[in-house]
Amino acid sequence: MSTYNAPLQDMRFLLNEIAGLKDILALPAYAEAGVDADTVDSVLDTAATFATEQIDPINIIGDRKNSPKWDNGVVTVSPEYKSVYKQFCENGWHAMPGAPEYGGSGLPNLVNFAVNEMWRSASIAFALCPMLTMGAVHAIEHHASDELKQKYLPKMVDGTWGGTMNLTEPQAGSDLTAIRTKAVPRGDGTYAVTGTKIFITWGEHDMAENLIHLVLARLPDSDPGLKGISLFLVPKFLVNDDGSLGARNDLICSAIEHKLGIKGSATAVMSYGDKGGAIGWLIGKEGNGVAYMFTMMNHARIHVGLEGIAVAERAYQHALTYARERIQGAIIGDAESKKTPKPILFHPDVRRLLLDMKSRTEALRAVGYYAAGQMDIAQKSPDAATRKKAQAIVELLTPIVKGWSTESSIDITSAGVQVHGGTGFIEETGAAQYYRDCRITAIYEGTTAIQANDYVGRKTAREVNKETGDVAFTARALYKEILDFAAGLSGCDKLGDIGAALKTAAQALIDTTEWVVGIYNTDPANAHAGSVPYLKLGGIVTGGWLLAKSAKIAQEKLAAGADDGFLKGKIATARYYAHHWLVQAEGLKTEITQGGASVFGLDEPLF
Amino acid sequence: MKVLVPVKRVADKDVKVRPKADETGVDLANVKMSINPFDENAVEEAVRLKEKGVATEVVVVSVGPEKAKDTLISALAVGADRAILVDAGETEVQPLAVAKLIKAVADKEQPQLVIFGRQAIDDDSAQTGQVFAALQGWGQATFASKVEVADGKAKVSREIDGGLETLELALPAVISADLRLNEPRYAKLPDVMKAKKKPLETVKPGDLGVDIAPRLKTLKVSEPPKRQGGGKVADVAELVNKLKNVAKVI
Repeated sequence: MSTYNAPLQDMRFLLNEIAGLKDILALPAYAEAGVDADTVDSVLDTAATFATEQIDPINIIGDRKNSPKWDNGVVTVSPEYKSVYKQFCENGWHAMPGAPEYGGSGLPNLVNFAVNEMWRSASIAFALCPMLTMGAVHAIEHHASDELKQKYLPKMVDGTWGGTMNLTEPQAGSDLTAIRTKAVPRGDGTYAVTGTKIFITWGEHDMAENLIHLVLARLPDSDPGLKGISLFLVPKFLVNDDGSLGARNDLICSAIEHKLGIKGSATAVMSYGDKGGAIGWLIGKEGNGVAYMFTMMNHARIHVGLEGIAVAERAYQHALTYARERIQGAIIGDAESKKTPKPILFHPDVRRLLLDMKSRTEALRAVGYYAAGQMDIAQKSPDAATRKKAQAIVELLTPIVKGWSTESSIDITSAGVQVHGGTGFIEETGAAQYYRDCRITAIYEGTTAIQANDYVGRKTAREVNKETGDVAFTARALYKEILDFAAGLSGCDKLGDIGAALKTAAQALIDTTEWVVGIYNTDPANAHAGSVPYLKLGGIVTGGWLLAKSAKIAQEKLAAGADDGFLKGKIATARYYAHHWLVQAEGLKTEITQGGASVFGLDEPLF
Repeated sequence: MKVLVPVKRVADKDVKVRPKADETGVDLANVKMSINPFDENAVEEAVRLKEKGVATEVVVVSVGPEKAKDTLISALAVGADRAILVDAGETEVQPLAVAKLIKAVADKEQPQLVIFGRQAIDDDSAQTGQVFAALQGWGQATFASKVEVADGKAKVSREIDGGLETLELALPAVISADLRLNEPRYAKLPDVMKAKKKPLETVKPGDLGVDIAPRLKTLKVSEPPKRQGGGKVADVAELVNKLKNVAKVI
């Protein structure tokens, strides 16, 4: 087994060199709070220790030893989960992403992002609980009345109470228009909520004293489409005016799911109003429920992308530990290894597998952190034009961070199993858990297809500047920036090969984007048939760009006299990525621009 | 009562370190560094003494490179009041020199109690506390598993072969902490964010009038030899014979 060690060096490198931590800390919102780079350093160190020593050891407990148990509506977690949750809250980690007025830390989103990577590497199932609560917190904070905010937020931010998001119903998954859950006014300003919600992450458990469910439901005689859906706050225990807990509300967890992965988390079927109606409070305005969900969508999706990055990192560390210990067979091309055996890390293909895992994880992390930094600028920059530009980048990168990171994590954790050989297929080795755990990340919070639709449509072909009529202007500008950077790097003495590979790949992305924009209005089905490969292309090129940028910075530091294995490693991973992943861009371009018709080549009855 | 706690910045205990290729030392490039675990127990004990109202101030001191500031800040985050860095740069400072430097700090600070960690997990010397006590001429109780301070005296239980020994020391005194002394707390995020606002003073070894030139020379640092395969013995006679003539241990 291995122990999780937060990749602090790569995290710090990305925060400082790629994501712009210095500029973000200089924004008035953070500078006034007195957060500086040294404090961020200490926060990262302290979080890393907590992740390693407290959260990492319970990951296996939730998965294979003592998963949450359901009994007649009550869900009980292991004592270890309970104790770590308590300590997590007491030490202020739960409150960290919250707003300072409700007890949060006021640290930039970017720092939260790095710390959250640690929680998720250590245990994605555990980390889902605070993640969902904070999602509910953001919804209440942005859209609910002051009364609801004051009553619920402080205890949700510090983790005393949990929060959940109730969107999905058996007939309403990706298509929320099919929602049937009802909310009927009770005449006193509250609503009676009835209906069934499924796939409710941490919908019921005994780590928090109360659970605050946010439920999408329809008012009587509402619009049958998305505009008829409103958002309600439905607490498990009603809360008295003095903040104490009152009667149990009319809702119950009627079952928990048996899942492929994230078994340490309870995924609930929630039944509202079996005895007449659960009491709920309207959040914001009637009919705005889905719109409110969409305002949180970028944040939620980028954070699911982070789960992919985090699990990929954990799988890499696990596989590397094994590859350094396991001795098996003589090494090809190394006669000495017949006499003095060497670990399997020296076998060419194990070497390739591990470097593939490492370089891809670093590429995913670079794009994720870059996007997280842009989110801070989009929210806190004093300059409106800067905010707008950063927000457009966040919008464009969101489906990439979500869809590409999670899809890649499936491959990367699979490679982790492969490094272990036969033992990887055995649960006791631990490699399989990461492979199972990450599988959901490409599904929930919008499947990869949903991300790809978003990327090809709303974020590219349907992005129109109302004043100038320009289409796909954010994507075009970013890809041009990548191409220009690549052209500059191509002439670089030591990194020319990386620059050349990036240039070819960026050109392939630009060509494909022009093709997508060109046919989108006349043949949208063709564009969407290639949308997932297009998303992959976008990920590979943006990831390759930020790795190449990292390599350039590393090269400059080395040239200035730094002698550091980490910096040399940044160059080596960027080079591997250029020669193994950027080279795929041209093939993807061909697949996307020429493969659409063949997707529809087999008539439906012949399947 | 003031308590002084010397802390050392070492490779994190969860990191698997490896010797450098040229065998001149342990490869610490790209390695997470943390406070020495035994020193964590020492800080924890001092902070508990303060929480009990026995101590009035906890001062942490570290001898090391500038980056040892991080180690001091981590101690401030769990409750130490202020910190002193003796910035020795990248020079290796050996136990005797560390003890002299801590003595210089103690002469100025006048603590009633100095709590060391029993040893640092990097070089495992386990000398600094003892040398310091000798230099000061103070009583010492090393490898403490329980500490009670009252009426100008410290009662210390320490683990020895075959049981526990309890010593009583007149203050000022030196204690070195064992892992069983307490369970160090995890720093809370709000305290981590406030830690940098606590006073942290930096001095140079020269300011303290101490020569830190190494007295010992490291010849080589290498991996322990790989374990050779064992053999089975038929009976006790063969075992004794092998121990005597092959292993030459009896």
